[in-house]
Formats: sequence, structure tokens, C-alpha cells
Amino acid sequence: MIDISLTVNGERVSACVLPRTHLVDFLREELCLTGAHLGCEHGVCGACTVRLDGEIVRGCLVLAVQADGSVVETVEGLSDSGEIADLQQAFIDRNALQCGFCTPGMLIASQDLLKAGGVPSREEIREHLSGNYCRCTGYHAIVDAVEATAKAREAAR
Amino acid sequence: MSTLSPVDLPNSYIGRSVARPGLARLTQGRGEYVSDLALPRMLQVVFLRSPYAHAEIVAIDTSDALKMPGVVRIVTGRELAEHCTPWVGVLTHLKGLKSAPQHALAVDHVQWQGEPVVAILARSRAEAEDASDRVYVEYREIDPVVEMFSAAEPGATPIHADLGDNIAFERRLDAGDVDAAAAASDHVISQRFVFGRHTGVTLEARSIVADWNRAEQRLTVHLGNQAPHMIQNIVAKHLALEEQQVRVLTHDVGGSFGIKVHIYPDEMAVCALARMLGRPVKFFADRLESFVSDIHARDHVLDGRIGVKNDGTITFFEIDDITGIGPFSVYPRTSAVEANQVVNLTGGNYAVPNYRARTRVVFQNKTPTCQYRAVGHPIACSVTEGLVDLAARAIGMDVVEIRRRNLVPDDAYPCSGPSGIRFEALSHQASLEKLLQMMDLPALHADQEEARRRGVHRGIGFASFIEITNPGPAFYGVGGAKISSQDGATVKLDASGAVTVQSSISEQGQGSAAIIAQVTATALGVPLARVRVILGDTDNTPYGGGTWASRGAGIGGEAAFQAGRALRDNILKLAGTILQADPTSLDIRAGSVVDEVDGRERLPLSELARIAYFRPDTLPADFQSELMATRHFVPREYGFAFTNGIQASYLEVDTETGFIRLLKHWVVEDCGQPINPQLVDEQVRGGVVQGLGAALFEQCRYDDQGQMINANMADYLVPMAGEMPDIEVGHIITPTKESAIGAKGAGEAGTAGAAACVANAVNDALAPFGVVITEIPLTPEVVLNALRHV
Repeated sequence: MIDISLTVNGERVSACVLPRTHLVDFLREELCLTGAHLGCEHGVCGACTVRLDGEIVRGCLVLAVQADGSVVETVEGLSDSGEIADLQQAFIDRNALQCGFCTPGMLIASQDLLKAGGVPSREEIREHLSGNYCRCTGYHAIVDAVEATAKAREAAR
Repeated sequence: MSTLSPVDLPNSYIGRSVARPGLARLTQGRGEYVSDLALPRMLQVVFLRSPYAHAEIVAIDTSDALKMPGVVRIVTGRELAEHCTPWVGVLTHLKGLKSAPQHALAVDHVQWQGEPVVAILARSRAEAEDASDRVYVEYREIDPVVEMFSAAEPGATPIHADLGDNIAFERRLDAGDVDAAAAASDHVISQRFVFGRHTGVTLEARSIVADWNRAEQRLTVHLGNQAPHMIQNIVAKHLALEEQQVRVLTHDVGGSFGIKVHIYPDEMAVCALARMLGRPVKFFADRLESFVSDIHARDHVLDGRIGVKNDGTITFFEIDDITGIGPFSVYPRTSAVEANQVVNLTGGNYAVPNYRARTRVVFQNKTPTCQYRAVGHPIACSVTEGLVDLAARAIGMDVVEIRRRNLVPDDAYPCSGPSGIRFEALSHQASLEKLLQMMDLPALHADQEEARRRGVHRGIGFASFIEITNPGPAFYGVGGAKISSQDGATVKLDASGAVTVQSSISEQGQGSAAIIAQVTATALGVPLARVRVILGDTDNTPYGGGTWASRGAGIGGEAAFQAGRALRDNILKLAGTILQADPTSLDIRAGSVVDEVDGRERLPLSELARIAYFRPDTLPADFQSELMATRHFVPREYGFAFTNGIQASYLEVDTETGFIRLLKHWVVEDCGQPINPQLVDEQVRGGVVQGLGAALFEQCRYDDQGQMINANMADYLVPMAGEMPDIEVGHIITPTKESAIGAKGAGEAGTAGAAACVANAVNDALAPFGVVITEIPLTPEVVLNALRHV
């Protein structure tokens, strides 16, 4: 067992973990932050996407011990801070989620693109989100929601 | 019933694109999926699965594994069989369908790679996985039966010796006079069509938590599933419990598409294990085992024939279908339904009475197949529409023109298809014309010509389709399966004047809760925000079928509408008593009782509820208010509400690499009265992309030993955002007269026709090369092989 200390959604967390524990399992099972989902557990589907020191990572490809000393943000944290409130509302307005299982990862990946500023083209949005699988929507509505958010943010700039 | 149509009612939410309730929760990561669930004293179970497609189990040694940290119990098939009886997946109306008894854990024999053999229970999933490496199973391999044509040969070794052969089911149909029609044709074209085996890949894998309470003698099953009452019935039956000893809750479901509507042996094992141990047991499939344990679908090969006259008249359709379903017919819906649907649906959109069909459903040692979104539809549609394009090509007729000439005319209804399926009212011709308006065909043709001059090969493809929705008991009930085809709704006005609806349909993201809320709010005349919906709990909903076969809105929605109207009548009776007014002079609008004529507010529902619940002493002694109403509904006149539509694809084929780039996709569909047009559009789009996955990428690839060789998400390709086109959706609205709301289903239309129009577009693009491809998925390898570049 290894001691780790990290900041999760603004709270300092100290824990003792098995070296093999994945970050996403640590978040879900130890911290009960179940917004990051397990879709494939081999780094393909993007359902476990979280932010680690500002960069998006797959929680199933990062070990909890690798997050020692880091800042981790999950969909719960981004929701509580209000950082993605407009994007979440755009997803709701556009019905850009059906079962919702991919949605936390999809939102975090979308925000990663939107943070760069400007209004990305639909092709750029599609490309950026190609590491996040959605089996329900067919992606069109997701692209619409991200595009609408980009335009609204640009207009408010 | 009101003389106003539902859409004309004041404050109607029918036909309005309002946001679904509960979405904020899901966007904030506050969904409650079964995979999130953790109960006190819960154990995790991991299944050791067969590495072989076909083998005898010689011995199982669990002694080392039992010493591993955290391990609580290890259970083999023999032990589990004492707690869970086996089942046989047959239905009596599919005459001749046979299958073998299937156990929750394999007993003595394994029949496919991935069949669960041993259950390892531990405090954590990781510990159970560690221990599973120390369970030693000795197998004696048996030659697997893999390829379906050889499996069907007379004299082939039967997988189940008791059954005599590997033919699970065979059906023949002969309508009109195909031979005479062929003789009268100017051209008869034959073509083989191949459909790969694929699977649903729900983003949340199957997950279940079962909890046996010894004190209450009751099993609570938390299961991401579409049909909770079906699960209740079957779990009770095979665990020797009364149905009321079993409660099933679905929670949020992370995608289903037909994957989570079947009985899975590992899930039955979890229920039995929970009862054996007297504590909660959780199973959450990992993605690798999902690929070999979730049901697969399709895997058909059809030889098709079409006859055509030089004037464009299609004279007949003929198909000879074969499909491999794995070693068992899946319980309880069976694995013969897809083939049966192919026979029912092929050619059904055309006014062609001459039709001959045969299908053979064959056992083999692969993962079992069963009903997945648009059961049989993509196959029937691809064969029909592929043959129509070939007929057009044979006579040099435009592919739109041949459809115009042969699609069933919009004024021909009611009528029947050549297989005997009955159509109440469809709109093939109007849908075709609407599609042409949307896509600007002359501009596309010009673009195609211009690209051709640059050596770029673009193609346009069309696919008209019919879709089975709102099924009555003809699917399962008449065959003896206890799968309800009726649904119910209970609508309650609470003491604050708010409304709760309990419905027997279920939610997997398509918007079931929204639909129920919208029709209820409309029927009652209350603001949508005042309606709460409860789904997916056998203890707290009326008895019903659930959500599958595009039935939720059309059947469950109508039940909720009727329950809402019944409660409205009760409320108006009470209001009439309170106000000393004739109830027929009153209406409910925006949550208040009003004068019907001038809309003047008379009594808010909150005040009416206050009187009913807290001051009934102020009401006449002989009056009892009833502020809760229940109604059930099942369509009676038609066995199914057929819908129709048409799709088109514009794409580009790289003749050097074989890659296909989708440029644009259009759909016109007619689901009757849309309750929520946005949700209909998104069902169509999502369905199209699942169909495009099957058309281009998705395939469960097997070697000749029955080993699935791409059983992971990196090698089994599903559509990604970057590869998918924008999808334009249009509608024709032909309501069904079977119900007041007039809704038919919309969940499978997209999947039904997507692959067919892509294949036709590829063949249009490759027309200069004289190439015809009728195999999906249309991988680069398939395209290049056809172009003989490989």
C-alpha cells in the first residue's frame, strides 16, 4: 500500500492505495465520485475522462499513485464550480445525451477544446471528440451543442 | 373521449420539443447506474469463462483459488444448478423451433468461447480476478461447429446430440406465383448478400446487483434492463420463488439497444448466488467479456432474386436466408425472431404480390445471437433495396423512378404485404418526395459528375423501409412467453396539486420519462414541471412490457394519456361538486380548473387537492374523490403499427485505399404523431449511426476454431464522431387510429435503412468499375477485393 496526497475537486485528499489501483477506480470506489464511468477499461472509449493538472486523461490509464501531488478535477467538480454550466445547458437543450453514460467524459473533452477559445469548425469538434465514444446520439447533437456553446462564449467575449 | 385531438388541446405538450426531465442530473455525473451501486456487505463476482468454443469439462480444481486473499466462495455449474433450474429458449408459435437446456453456469460441456463456467466471489473485483487465475479447469476439446453452411449440412455433427441436427428453425413462405412472375420478367437478377455478425457495445456494460434478504425472503435485483417485469417473472421461475418475492429495479441504464432485454446466464447466476450467500452480489462485466457474452446479432447470408420488366415493374422477390445463432436459442425471446422478421419484411414496401422465402436458423459454437435494435430490418431492407437497385441497373432506369413506380401507393391503405403483414396507413410516396426536396438531387448529381472528372468517386444511395413498432401479443405472448405486450400507467394528483405518474415502460435514454410526462401533462392540463415520472421498479409501477421494439411511446404513452384523461374526469367531478357547477362546463388548463368557455380560473388544483385530502368533511357525504387513476393499453386492431421512411446517403469511395467517407445522410420517417419531435429526430440519428457502424466497421470476427479474434474495443470498431456525417431528418405524419395520441414507434427506423443506402451509394460510386458489393461491413478490404486491387 502506498500513501498518496492529492487535490480532488478543490479538496485535499490523503489515502493509502494499492499500487495497481487505477485513478478512476480510486475516484469511484474510495471517493464515491461516480461521475467518471468505466466503459472499456483499456483506454479507448473515453467514458472515464477526467482532468489531471489541467490536462484531460483517461482515468483507466492512470494509476492513482501517479496522481500523487496532483490536482484532479471530475465532472462533479466542474459542475459545482459552474465552469461548464453553459455547456451542460447546451447539452440539455439540444438533447445531446441519451443514456448519459458517455456524457461526463464528453463534457470534459468538449471543455478541453472550448478552453482554447474561438469557434472550432464542426470537423474540428468531431475530430477532438473522436476519443470519446457515444453509442446513443450519433454525435450530431453533441457537435451542435459544443458548436452552440463556442459561439455563445465567443459572442460574450 | 374528447372530441379535440390531443394536439389541439389547450396547453398541449404533444408535438413539442421540451427538454427531458433528469438530464441535468446526468450531465453533472449524478446518474445512478447499476455499475455505480455499492451496498453494505456486497460481494463482487467474477466469472471464469470457457476459453474454448466447444469442450467437455473434465475437472475443476478451486483449492488454490480459495486460499487467495478476499475470496469468499467459489461456485461451479454443478453446485449452482441445485439453486437455479435450466431453461429452453423456444416459443410455441415459431413452429418447430428447438433448443437445448441452458444452465446459468456450464455443466459438463461448454458450447462457446465466453460461456460462464465458474463464479468466484470476493470482497473486491480485483481480488476475485486474482483468484480466477488460480481456478484450474481441465477441458477436453471437441471440434467446434463454426461455419453455418456446413453446420446446416445433413450429416453434420449436431452440437446437441439430443436435437438430431443443427437446424434450430426453418420457415418457408410462398405468396402469389413467383415462377410465373419470373417467366413474365424481362430480367431476373440473382445476388448474394452477406451480413456480418456484430453486437451492441452499450457504453455501460451489463451490470447487476442482486440482494437476497433472508428475513423478508425477498430478492431485490438491480439490473440495467429494458423489461423489468419479464426479469421478475423469469428470476422467480428459475429460483423457485413467487413473483412477489422478486423486485426488479432498472435505475439509469447506460445504453441498451436490445442488448439488455434478454436472460443472460451470468445474471441468473448472480441472482442464485445472492440467494445462496444471503448478501448482495454484484457483477459488472468488463469490456473484454462483454464482447463474448453480450448477445450478438445479424450474421446472415441471403441469396436474393428479383424480377423486373423493361417498363420498370418489379415482378417478384425471392430470398433464401441462413443465419448462425450460436449454441442456444436465447431465452425467452428466442433467436429465431430475427430470421422470422427477415421473411416478414422483405419486399414489404413494394406493391409486389409474388414473394418466396426460406430461412434456416442454425446452431454453431459462437456467442448466442438474439434481438438487437431493428431486428431483421437492416437485412430485409438491404436485400430489398439492393435488389431494386440491381433491377434498375438491368433496365437502365433511374433508382428514384423505379421506386416511385413500385413503392406501395399512399392511397392503397389499409392493405397487406406479400408475407401477410398488415399496414394501417403508410406514406412511402410522400416520404420519397419529401426526401428529394431535402437533398437537392440535381445538385448532388452535378457534384458527383464534377468529382468524377477529378477521379473522385462519389455515390448516392437510397433505401426505403418499413419498421415494426407497437407490437401486440403476436411477438411473444402467443408463443407462451410471459412478456407483456400491454402497458399501464397510474396518475396521481398529490396533496400539493402536483402529479406523479408511474408507468410500466422503462428508460434507457430514449426519453421514455419525457414522453410519459408530456402526454400526462397534456391529458390533464397541467404544466409539465408539475409532473414527476416513476419508471423501472416492479414494486412501484403497473404491470407491463417495458421498452423494446419501439413500443414505449405508442403503447406506454397511450396508457398514460388514458390514465391522465381518467384522472381529469375525476378532478372535474370533484371540482363540479366544490364549485356546484356542471363538470362538463369545466376544464383544466395550466394547473387550474377553469370555465371551459371563457377560460376563467375557478379553482387551482392545489386548492382542489387541499379540500380533497384535508377537508373532505366539506364535501357531500355521498361523494368520495378519487385522485388517482390507472389505465392500461394494448393495440387491438393491428398486431403491429408499421411505420415507414426512406434514407439516402452521399459518400465518397477512395478506390486506392478502399476507405469510404460519408459526406451526408438524410432520413424521412413517419412515426405517426411525434410526441417530442426533437427526441424522434435524435432516435433516428442515433439509430442511423448504429446502422452505419454495421455498414462500415462493426464485426465480431471469428477464426475457424470459434475464437472471437477482435473481442476488445480497440479492434472492434464502432463509429467515432470524426467519421460520422451530419444527418438531416424530415417527417411525414400519418397518425395511427389505434390510439388517441396517434403515436407509432421511432427507435429503429434509423438502423433499419442506414446500411442499405450506404451499400447502394457505394455501388453507385463504383458503377464505372462495374463493381457490385453486397456485403457488410464494407471494410477497405472488402472494397479493394471487389476492385481487385488486393
